[in-house]
Amino acid sequence: MSDVTVAESKLVTKQLPEADIVGESPLHHADLASVSQHGPKEGGVYFHERKLQGLLTLRCVPSAEQLSQIESLLGAALPMEPLTSVTTDAVSIRWISPDEWLIIVAGEQAFDLETRFYESMTGHYSLVNISGGTTIFDVSGSQVVNMLKKSTPVDLHPREFPVGKVVSTVFAKSGVTICRLEDDKYELVVRRSFADYLWLWIQDASREYGLVVKA
Amino acid sequence: MFHIYCPHCCEYREEEEFHAAGQSHIARPLDPDACTDKEWGEFMYFRANPRGIHHELWVHAAGCRKYFNVTRDTQTYEINEVYKVGEQPTVVANAIQSK
Repeated sequence: MSDVTVAESKLVTKQLPEADIVGESPLHHADLASVSQHGPKEGGVYFHERKLQGLLTLRCVPSAEQLSQIESLLGAALPMEPLTSVTTDAVSIRWISPDEWLIIVAGEQAFDLETRFYESMTGHYSLVNISGGTTIFDVSGSQVVNMLKKSTPVDLHPREFPVGKVVSTVFAKSGVTICRLEDDKYELVVRRSFADYLWLWIQDASREYGLVVKA
Repeated sequence: MFHIYCPHCCEYREEEEFHAAGQSHIARPLDPDACTDKEWGEFMYFRANPRGIHHELWVHAAGCRKYFNVTRDTQTYEINEVYKVGEQPTVVANAIQSK
């Protein structure tokens, strides 16, 4: 496999727009900024769209050499155990399947990281920028588990779903990747095209607990 | 609802996350050009439909999106065994019958 050569930074497409073009998230039309200003300030479920992040899908069966290259590129080792994740200040890495990881960085860093990957990583692998196709919802609050229970069949008991665990699963009539960030804070990585549907779903599911939107 | 063990995620998940993908252990003829129409037709279209132990391919469609094998009883729906692609089942029809 090591005879596959991945060359030239031309493989990387710069998806960042020019500085004078304002990025619009999949929930731009919902105008969450003014909802957060005028809506309730206290409630059982808090919703925040972490918008315009840089998301990269890494697929490979890493050799020992590749593992150390990835670690130096990302500043953190790949989580190799099923359903685990690594979160640092700069980067979040989510285990998706035995040969697939989701890498989340700040939006403007994705292109830079991609370029550095192609420059320095050897061997057979694939790195795809999926930033344009996804967005991230952060849901938190004292009632967040009750809201999630209505939406997904995954067992969310702390014994089964500790902080740091990642699952890809069904959510409402769509699919998401759920990561538990803190005791009562979860990250949902959702498809762009399902973002509006899931936002409506979460509003409905949270109604009885009180939904607070955070800008 | 089934609670199905995914050998890649190493935990039980709801059936909702999975899809059945038909009979497993079907080897593609190494040289399709050398097959007779009958051999090729049987490879393409003919599947076992046993009453009892059946080896099936399932995919964890909403999860890790990996395929794996399931030994399932078509009569009772009981899942006897889950094993990865490339492995051989330990539970087979004759063994059950001789119990």
